[in-house]
This record gives sequence, structure tokens and C-alpha cells, in this order.
Amino acid sequence: MPASGELPASAREGLGDRPFGFYVHVPFCVTRCGYCDFNTYTATELGPGASRADYAETAIEEVRLARRVLGDAELPVETVFFGGGTPTLLPPGDLARILRAIGEEFGLAPGAEVTTEANPESVDPAYLEGLLAGGFTRVSFGMQSAREHVLTVLDRRHTAGRPAEAVREAHAAGFAHVNLDLIYSTPGEDDDDWRASLAAAIEAGPDHVSAYSLIVEEGTRLAARIRRGELPMPDDDVAADRYLIADAMLAEAGFSWYEVSNWATSEEARCRHNLLYWTGGDWWGVGPGAHGHVGGTRWWNVKHPAAYASRLATGSSPGHAREVLSEEDRRMERLMLELRLDSGFPLAEIAPSARTAVAQALGNGLLATGPFASGRAVLTLKGRLLADALIRDLT
Amino acid sequence: MRIHPGQTDPALIRNFCIIAHIDHGKSTLADRMLQLTGVVEGRQMRAQYLDRMDIERERGITIKSQAVRLPWDGHVLNMIDTPGHVDFTYEVSRSLEACEGAVLLVDAAQGIEAQTLANLYLAMSADLHIIPVLNKIDLPAAQPDKYAEEIAGLIGCAPSDVLRVSGKTGVGVKELLDHVVQNVPAPVGDADAPARALIFDSVYDTYRGVVTYVRVVDGHLSKRERTIMMSTGATHETLEIGVISPDPVPSVSLGVGEVGYLITGVKDVRQARVGDTVTSVVKPALTALGGYDHPRPMVYSGLYPIDGDDYPELREALDKLRLNDAALAYEPETSAALGFGFRCGFLGLLHMEIVRERLEREFNLSLISTAPNVIYRVVMEDGKEIVVTNPSEFPSGKIAEIHEPMVKATLLSPSDHIGAIMELCQGRRGALLGMDYLSEDRVEIRYTLPLGEIIFDFFDQLKSRTRGYASLDYDPSGEQDADLVKVDILLQGEAVDAFSAIVHREKAYAYGVEMAKKLKELIPRQQFEVPIQAAIGARVIARENIRAIRKDVLAKCYGGDISRKRKLLEKQKEGKKRMKMVGRVEVPQEAFVAALSTEASAAEKAKK
Repeated sequence: MPASGELPASAREGLGDRPFGFYVHVPFCVTRCGYCDFNTYTATELGPGASRADYAETAIEEVRLARRVLGDAELPVETVFFGGGTPTLLPPGDLARILRAIGEEFGLAPGAEVTTEANPESVDPAYLEGLLAGGFTRVSFGMQSAREHVLTVLDRRHTAGRPAEAVREAHAAGFAHVNLDLIYSTPGEDDDDWRASLAAAIEAGPDHVSAYSLIVEEGTRLAARIRRGELPMPDDDVAADRYLIADAMLAEAGFSWYEVSNWATSEEARCRHNLLYWTGGDWWGVGPGAHGHVGGTRWWNVKHPAAYASRLATGSSPGHAREVLSEEDRRMERLMLELRLDSGFPLAEIAPSARTAVAQALGNGLLATGPFASGRAVLTLKGRLLADALIRDLT
Repeated sequence: MRIHPGQTDPALIRNFCIIAHIDHGKSTLADRMLQLTGVVEGRQMRAQYLDRMDIERERGITIKSQAVRLPWDGHVLNMIDTPGHVDFTYEVSRSLEACEGAVLLVDAAQGIEAQTLANLYLAMSADLHIIPVLNKIDLPAAQPDKYAEEIAGLIGCAPSDVLRVSGKTGVGVKELLDHVVQNVPAPVGDADAPARALIFDSVYDTYRGVVTYVRVVDGHLSKRERTIMMSTGATHETLEIGVISPDPVPSVSLGVGEVGYLITGVKDVRQARVGDTVTSVVKPALTALGGYDHPRPMVYSGLYPIDGDDYPELREALDKLRLNDAALAYEPETSAALGFGFRCGFLGLLHMEIVRERLEREFNLSLISTAPNVIYRVVMEDGKEIVVTNPSEFPSGKIAEIHEPMVKATLLSPSDHIGAIMELCQGRRGALLGMDYLSEDRVEIRYTLPLGEIIFDFFDQLKSRTRGYASLDYDPSGEQDADLVKVDILLQGEAVDAFSAIVHREKAYAYGVEMAKKLKELIPRQQFEVPIQAAIGARVIARENIRAIRKDVLAKCYGGDISRKRKLLEKQKEGKKRMKMVGRVEVPQEAFVAALSTEASAAEKAKK
């Protein structure tokens, strides 16, 4: 990774033809949840430029660097996503300043989608109004569960009723698009707990729900507790059951799936930023440990906020390493990402060597027959649960 | 010059061997003898000088014997090294035949072990002069008085006759050499008779071809002379003749009582077999020395390369190993589950382990070996007889009788483990022959057991039930009728040949249940349900189900996850390539390895 952050020529090819977005990582949390392996820090002081108070300025430095690296290309920003960590630990004005800098350097496309993640307990009506005024169009709340005992295992700090309140506050502030994140198959959760969480989420009235099975990541406190036998390891069959429950209840409530773990009430409610990831778009990842992708080059920044800030302070790129994808890598990624979408993957682009596997998948009920007839590989409900196995078979 | 090779007065020659258990310090004692007699300078000395193969040095065991000529006190001592393990009884007996005396070497901290006892009996029946020696007397745990008494009781001497040495410090080694000179009888032979020399070892050397070790009994052998192998009638010219001291020293000839080597340009040890008699073409002997036998495989196992592309390398490696291993037999074999491999015959379990380890280590091969199998004679109702060395050869028609090979086993153990040993032996269909106390707290237990029961993790079980204290030796002892059946293992209705086994009818159920359970753990869930069945013929005796996998998808796949996820999928794909397809079922290589390994080692692997 050159200190200038310069991208290889291959990446710059066709720049501007693909949709372009920004991901802004805010690496702060009040506490670290036991299951979380994201790049986040609970201390308020992390060194010059890296502490919460200085963070917006440092991030804006990287936005400017992005402009220098990408040159004069016309790159209106279609989507911006603030994630973390807990972006809403920063004052809304800081988030708005970073967004403004992105607008100043690149220009926001008309109707751009601007999302921030938020913990339900970290916002209030004034905060949400501040976000809307600052140009945000969408809020994504980490609800996870409506059951206190599940929230406790996950170390979440909000009360069970708070997410629904937060959704109401967001709507009241004027947000048309609100997402709730849910987690299933947490140790101690049963099917009814999960149904209750889904019902509460639906009742709160978001236009988008993401539901993830709990992944026990190595090195987390949760993994240690499971290893010590304090908590049972989440079971894949249980997770499969919960997924089926989620899909049924969400469908009943008017949500349709458009990606393995994502449901929305309408086309407009879908998260365009995530769709940009999944359809090979370009984005710049701002912040410590953030990943970016432009034209087949993926890179990621140094992880620690102090290292990140000091790189930017000396005018060099915070990029830590990158990989330039081979044609084969790109084909693999395309299949891997697009097959998870409701639009599926064109059959004509699947390698001839995988034709038997395609036929088998159809026979086993992993691929839907309707879209198949019109030339697309689209996952059935069963297929969504076995997507990784299918991807391995088809590549 | 009286002791120059080829011109040594037999009266000055002492031929002896050392009988010892594998870690009782034979090689270290031999090292001291090499130093004391001056044939190896101190600075050239390296530990266990005579053990040539790396594998021997690492495992601390001697597989191939060798003879070293040592000058001592105006005499010539020929020290003939003997293999110390159960599988090589025949080779041991030939080495003993080449000697007049045997040093019985016993660890002063452990006492005598079963294999040593077996070899001691061989030496006694060959009428050798036995010199009892306790080694490692420098060890704090040594109990020389106790074990001297034990040995005295076994060979009928006084405890005070048992010499005490330390190969490590050298204490007592000089006295031992003197004792050999004074007490081991000199060889006796007819110098004018036609030449007769006993082959007691035959080793393939990359540069020299086969090096044959002989003990001249009558007459003499000379360089440039044409010799004849009396069992085959094959003739060869002696290109080189000499003695080992401890490196080869060529000479003109070897005379009565002498021990040395011949090189004839032969490329395969099969052409100079242990136990055969060498004589001269010009003046041939009429009768061969007695005791020649052909080593016969007792245990069979299929060896398959984990990577099917390695099959030619495996063939080449076996061809090379055979140059140096007259007992190794093999022929190509095909398994539906494992692909192309070889059916290999071995003298016993250790022999099998050594061959496998050498293939993996010296030839860099990764192998799967199928469950070991003995030789069954199956007599059909129509009188036809079928020899079965592989479960796949087991006939399905009307069987009148099945004969299985039996062994006489001798187990030595501290007496507190008698119960555990008897339980093990009874569980393996053993019949108690007798039991004797060697000393107050050590016991010798004798059983007849089916060989088929011993080759399947018996040794591991014995060691674990006696905390490593018991030792085992066995000798073939005829056949018995047995009620045996073939148990097949089916995956999705399809028999997997590699998992079939011939077992006693009473144990068929246990085997089937255990194998089905093991496979259920070892085979990952597939996209469809996979029934595992154990069956005798068409009758299913055990069943397990591998439920279909229902979830194989990572929930999250956002910007930062993409590279990680792609790499994970690629890794999983690599893993998939290493799967063997059994019908539609993907079976990991490790499942074959683990399912076919013995219980103890499988459990060990599972722990890792």
C-alpha cells in the first residue's frame, strides 16, 4: 500500500461508471458487547486526533485524501453509511460535518441515501432531529432482541422496550426509513423468545429488518464463555428453525427478503448502500480498520485509531494493506454476493463445469424453478439456508 | 597376524550376540565395546554407532542386525547384533545360530521383558552359553539385587553370577569382554570340508548392492570365488569379502568360525536370504546347514496414497523397500473407496508399522492403511478352500469351516496387573495355558490367542491397562476353527470396502455399532440424510443416521466481510477437494484414517 494511497491503474478504470458510496467507521462504544469482534474502543481518550472529540476532523482528513487519490473523476455519492462502533456516541453535528465534507469533496447525488447505525439507548428526539437536519435519511437501530434475558447474554444496555420507542422517535423526527437489526439463536433464547422479538420489531413499524444468526467469533468474550461451558454453543439446526420463523413472520407482516439476512417492505426501503456492496459498486471506507473497494482493488486501513490519526496527520494514507482481485476472485465474489440476493445470478455466467451442480441444486430444491426458467439462479427458502454450500458447488 | 581375517585360529574366536529389550541399552553397551576395543576412536564416536537407519536411531530400536569384529586380549570377538522385536523371531534365531554365546542384557531398573525372555529361550534351545548382565546400574531406580535374582531363577545360575554394567558410564564393560573370552566356547568346524556359511543377515546398500552377512561353519570362502545359494541353486561371484570393524574391511577370505560379509553384485535381498547356506561352486557341500525357512507374512493390510496421484510413487517406494526387506510382500489392489493401492503382507504389527513409517518418512508419502487382517482359510460346503487375506475375498456362499491362525502369547507383568491382563485376554478369546511367578511380584502369563485378536489394538490395550508395565511376545501356534463373519459398512446403502472387517460372530454387533458411531462423528453432514449401516450379508445389525445439514450460510456479508468470506469459501473448497466420494457422500480423508485407526489412537486424534 503506497503512502500516497494511490490506487492501481486497473482500479481507476471505469471510475464513475459504477455507483460510488462512502462507509464511515466510528470506532467508539460505551462498552464492548461480548459477541462483538468489530474494531471498536471504549476509552474516550485514544491519543491526538483519535479521541472522540477530535475524530470528525481526522475522518474529514481521509475524505480529502480520497478526493486526491480518486482525482477529478465525476463521482457523485449515491450512498453514505455510518457504522461502528456506535456512531451516535458522537454529537450529531460531528456526523453531519463528516457528511458535509463528503458532499463538498464529491457532491451528493440527488436522493442519496445516508444511513447511520445507532444504539437505541444512545439517541433521543433532539439527537434524531439533529441527524435529519444534518442530511441523514435513514437510521438503523441495533435492537437484537425484545427479551431482557437475551439482551443480557448479548451485553446490550438498552431495555427491551427502548427500540420501539426509538423507532417512533425517528419517525416523529421525520425519518422515512428505519431499520431494526435482530440477532437469533443467542444462547438461552427459545423459539418463543424469538417470535416475541420479531413481533415487537414488526409492531414498532420499521420498513427494513436485518436478522442475523449469532456468530461466535474467535477471541470474543462470548467465545470464551462458551469454551468454559458457561453458555451452550448456538446450534445450526436451531438457527435454521429461527430463520424459517423469521421469514414467515416477516413475510406475513409485509416484508420481503431481498438478501439472505435482509427484509424490506418495499423497493425504496431496501438499503441501497448494502446493495452497492453486493453488486460490485465502488466505495471508500473512512476510519480505522475500514475497508474500501474501487474497481477490483480492496484495501483496509490500519486498525488502531491512534495509528490511523497519526498517518493522516502526516498526510499519508491510513491504508494498511490491499489486494488486487484476479479475474477469478472477482467471478467468485460476484457469485458469492449476487446469489444471496433475490435477483439471483444469471445462469449463463455459471461455469460450464458446474452445470451438474446447478441441476442438482434445482433438484434438491435449493434454486427456484420460476426464475430458473427465465435464466436466473435464485435461492429458494431452503437454498438461502444452504447458500454457502451452493456457492462452493457452483464455483 | 594370527588374528588376521581369513587366517584366524578358530580357538581365538568368540562369537556372541546381545539379547535385550528395545530400550534396555544394547546399543549404548555396544558403543562402549567399540571404544574399549579401540575400533572406534573416541572422537569419531556417535551415539548408537551401529544403528544405521535414522528410524532406528530415533525409535531407539535395531531392526537389522549387524556383526562387528572386535580385537580383545589376543582374541577376536564377533558381536552379532540381533533384532529385539516380536516380529523378527526368525531373524533372531538365525543370528543366534551364528553364535556360541549370548549376553542376556536386562535393564536393572525394569527387569526382563517378554520378548527378551522369548529370545532367551531361543538362545537356550540353540545351546548358547548365556552371560547374564544387568545394565544401567548407574540409574537411581536400579534394583540389581532384585533383578539378579529374577534372572538367576530363569537361567539357573546364582544371583552372584549376574554381571553388572553400565553402558553409559562404562563400568563393568571390560570385565564383560574378559568374561566373553573366558567363557564363550570357541567355534568348531572342519577347515578342510567344503565351505558352508550361514547367512544371518542381508542388507541392501545403494552403492554396493546386497551385503550378505555370514558365519563360516566349515571350510572357507574367498574373494573371486563363485558361490552357490543352497536353497535356490543360484550362483554368484564373490566380488568382495571381508569383516566389519566397524566399517567394512575387505580381506582375501573368511575361515572356520569367522563372521563377515560378502558382496556379489546381487541387487535384491531375496537372492541372498537369511537362513540360507552359502557354499562354493568348485567344491560344493552336499547338505545345507539346518533351519532355513522362508519368512511368511502373517498380517495383511491395504496401503493407499491419500492423494491418488501418488500411486506410482508408492509403487516405486515399495519396490525400493523390498530390496532390503525380504519379508515384505505386496501386490496391487483396488478399493472402490480408496482407489489404487497395494495389499501388503507383513511379519507382524511392528513390521507393518515400520514399513508404513519408512514409506511416509523416507519417501514422503501420506498413506491410509486399512484395518490389518490375518490369513483365514475358509472351507466351503462343496469342499473348496479359499484363502482370505482381505475382507473383500471373504466368500458369501455356504461356508463349512473357517480356520484362523493362533499364537502362543507370553506376557510378563508386575503381578498386580494379572486381573487386567486376564480380562483383556479372555475378551480376546484367549485360553489360559499357565502362569508362573518369575519373582515375588513379577509374573509370566501364557495364553493361546487368535492372531486376529492381537493385531487389532491388543498391544495398546495391554499397555494402557498395565500402565505400560506388561510386555508381550507371541509365536505362531497353528489354527483353530472359528465362527467368523464379515461385517460390511454401508453408506447410503452402498458398502464401503475399506471399512469391511472379518470378526468373530459374537463381536460383530459391537464392531458394527462402534464403526457406525465413529463414522457418524467423522463424516460431516451432507445436503441429504446419510444412513450408515453395519451388515452381515443382507442382515443389518447396526444403524446410525447423519441428518441432512440445514444451515450452511454465514449471516453477515458486508463491505469488510467480503474478502474474508471469499477466502473462507476458497478454503472450504480446498477441503472439499480432499474428500473421497462414496456414491454421493463426501467422506473426508481424515474419516478413513480415524475410522481405521485403533480406538486408542483415534481417541488421541480426536483430542487434538
